[in-house]
Amino acid sequence: MGANHDDHHHAPDGHDRALRLGVGGPVGSGKTALVAALCRTLGRSLSLGVVTNDIYTTEDADFLRRAGVLDQERILAVETGCCPHTAIRDDIAANLDAVETLEHRFGPLDLVIVESGGDNLTATFSRGLADRQIFVLDVSGGDKVPRKGGPGVTTADLLVINKTDLASMVGADLGVMARDAAAVRGERPVLFTSIRQDPTAATVATWVANEVWSWPQPHHPAPAA
Amino acid sequence: MHPALLLLTDSRLPAGGHAHSGGTEQAIASGAVHDVPTLAAFLKGRLHTAGAVTAALTAAACAHAASTTTAPITGTPGTPLWGRLDAEVDARTASPAQRHASRTQGRLLLRVARRVWPSPVLDGLAAESPNPHHPIALGTAAHAAGATPEEAAMAAAYHAISGPATAAVRLLGLDPVAVHGLLATLAPDLTAVTAGACRAAVHQDPGWAALPACSAPALDLLAERHATAEVRLFVS
Repeated sequence: MGANHDDHHHAPDGHDRALRLGVGGPVGSGKTALVAALCRTLGRSLSLGVVTNDIYTTEDADFLRRAGVLDQERILAVETGCCPHTAIRDDIAANLDAVETLEHRFGPLDLVIVESGGDNLTATFSRGLADRQIFVLDVSGGDKVPRKGGPGVTTADLLVINKTDLASMVGADLGVMARDAAAVRGERPVLFTSIRQDPTAATVATWVANEVWSWPQPHHPAPAA
Repeated sequence: MHPALLLLTDSRLPAGGHAHSGGTEQAIASGAVHDVPTLAAFLKGRLHTAGAVTAALTAAACAHAASTTTAPITGTPGTPLWGRLDAEVDARTASPAQRHASRTQGRLLLRVARRVWPSPVLDGLAAESPNPHHPIALGTAAHAAGATPEEAAMAAAYHAISGPATAAVRLLGLDPVAVHGLLATLAPDLTAVTAGACRAAVHQDPGWAALPACSAPALDLLAERHATAEVRLFVS
């Protein structure tokens, strides 16, 4: 990192910058796979940047770089000092610095994705860091997880329940998960995915694209035909 | 004590400090720190070397920020010399990794301070030095918040041991009460380091060449090793 910004005071209402999207959820639920899928699907029509928050090493950033879904320079990794939730909720300074570094180097961007380190159900992004947030669960964690709630499941702008291809193998009832999620989330959307079966994560990418198009930022390219 | 000092020394200040261990992670990886007694020796050494230097530099920055807003004798504000003070920090920080970590933390603190305590002196620092060393950002922020150079030095000295102590609790699973007890026993050392920092810094503005320059080669080596470590949880 080491951006040489003249001014860190980007407008908090976001009128002069990219949409910032947080992707959170437990370890192994498919956050990095989802971020890779979003880059694959949206990277041709949108100008993207990605910030990863690994618990250990820079594995997620390295995975994304190897996947070749985005220019390597557009992926930055942030260390979180054993506290991944602190870095996205209580002390967002390092993540904001990374986001602004990407905007400074490659801006104007349309979308900056901040992937949290794997954490528990209480993890959620500060509104000072993420304008929108996706919480990713997977069915192999058990179909009771949506019922347990927590800020991520309850308040995320989009709940993604991944690995639906494993449901029958782990005895998870997708109907129960949908019903429980709706009970704690009200009108907020839930999408079921299997990124293994659909590496483009088409439904999630469409949701993200709609959020980007409706974001009040003047630099949008034309939507892909 | 100015109440702003409580905010500046609180580990919940959202300025990125929680992700820095000040060499503790590598000291643990090397086996040098593995329990409360070895942590005590590490913190004491850190406080009287790196801590003493950063406390003096922080006090100097706070006094200098004050001198650029009101000059006590002539009554006319001076021109800030942030570039010169920045060079004094560089000269006292042998490890490139430590210089990088210091500038990262300084940049993040400056961002927070400009929003929390808006002031022309912080804006001036940001304009001249967007990536200031941490002691310069801390001293200037302390002045903007209404604190004195002595209080700023105390905050810097406390920073030199509190973050590393927390890192050890997280990495080694040490009893947090025992570690806070250890921090309490270092209170006289904090007082002594603060007093020494102020003697050196406040009356010599801007005669900064005389500021303490005690080095800690082991900390320099730990910082360099950490920067290239394959596995790490903390930035520094």
